[in-house]
Amino acid sequence: MSRYHCAAAGAILALFLAGCTKSAKEAESNIKTESGRKKAPDFSLKDVNGDVVKLADYKGKVVLVNFWATWCGPCELEIPWFVEFEQKYKGRDFAVLGISMDDDGWKSVRPYIGSHKINYRMVIGSEVVSQQFGGVDSLPTTFILDRQGRIAAGHVGLVDKRDYQNEILKLLDDPKQAAVDGASPGILASAVRAVRP
Amino acid sequence: MALLPAFSPALFGQFAPKGVTQVQGNVLNYLPPRKVTAKPGSAVDSALALELRSGYHVNSNTPADDYLIPLRLTWNPGALEATGFTFPKAQMEKYRFSEKPLSVFSGDFEIVTRFKAPPKAAPGPSTLTGKLRYQACNSTMCLPPKTLDVSLQVEIVK
Repeated sequence: MSRYHCAAAGAILALFLAGCTKSAKEAESNIKTESGRKKAPDFSLKDVNGDVVKLADYKGKVVLVNFWATWCGPCELEIPWFVEFEQKYKGRDFAVLGISMDDDGWKSVRPYIGSHKINYRMVIGSEVVSQQFGGVDSLPTTFILDRQGRIAAGHVGLVDKRDYQNEILKLLDDPKQAAVDGASPGILASAVRAVRP
Repeated sequence: MALLPAFSPALFGQFAPKGVTQVQGNVLNYLPPRKVTAKPGSAVDSALALELRSGYHVNSNTPADDYLIPLRLTWNPGALEATGFTFPKAQMEKYRFSEKPLSVFSGDFEIVTRFKAPPKAAPGPSTLTGKLRYQACNSTMCLPPKTLDVSLQVEIVK
């Protein structure tokens, strides 16, 4: 290989690496500083089994809250990513919570859960919950909550899978986030599991 | 047509990601259709002209998947009876979020309704009312299904 080819290959590699670095930084910028995070509104909704789900039950976990609907194409694209995240990170105190905004509720959502092999918890949203979160109008709308139940990041519309993943990992790996209210993650995880049905 | 706020901007501001604004008003609006005049027993066409906000699409009247919400126009009983609808030819568009092209409408388009005046229709003016149901998306997000009230001025003449 000539010196020219080596230089060109090096330049391409440098550009590629610069692109990767930029993407990671862009994803990080979506995470709010701790002081800028607001407590996510709590709610009480029923899951597909009729069990009550409260956001407070997830304290100590990083939670991805996804507002979606069966008629929303961009939402459908994201669902396999969330299935993967749930599977991959649930052992690290992470959970996905889907909030469907379908008007006809379980009639549409129940079969969709089966056909799309959704492995995370699902509830049917309401206008009240939508307003609690500031009037969710466009779907998908996704919030990522830190272990204290505060909104660390929010996205309206389709986002890159990598952005979600980077944000989740940043929160899971944050040493300041490792303990909540002075308790160790292990104890908290047990406490959260204890209150979960 | 007045644009109604569909959200609480002040509230959303508490949680909104940087640079995100919510969609205001209806992305699909219609122009008031021309008054139609019909004789009892006759048929008449009326076009409803629609304007869709740039960058958005609505599902056509025949979307490819069952879970997609079709564009639908219905008229309430009145001086005229709707007997058929003519939609424009749907565009098959490919979006990042969909593996296969979707059957959609975008831009400005018309739905033509074929009306029939009953043989014993009473002469005189009236207003026919109806509903236009649609569900709009752009390339990255979707808006909830909406139903617009539509109206048509009708004159039955001898």
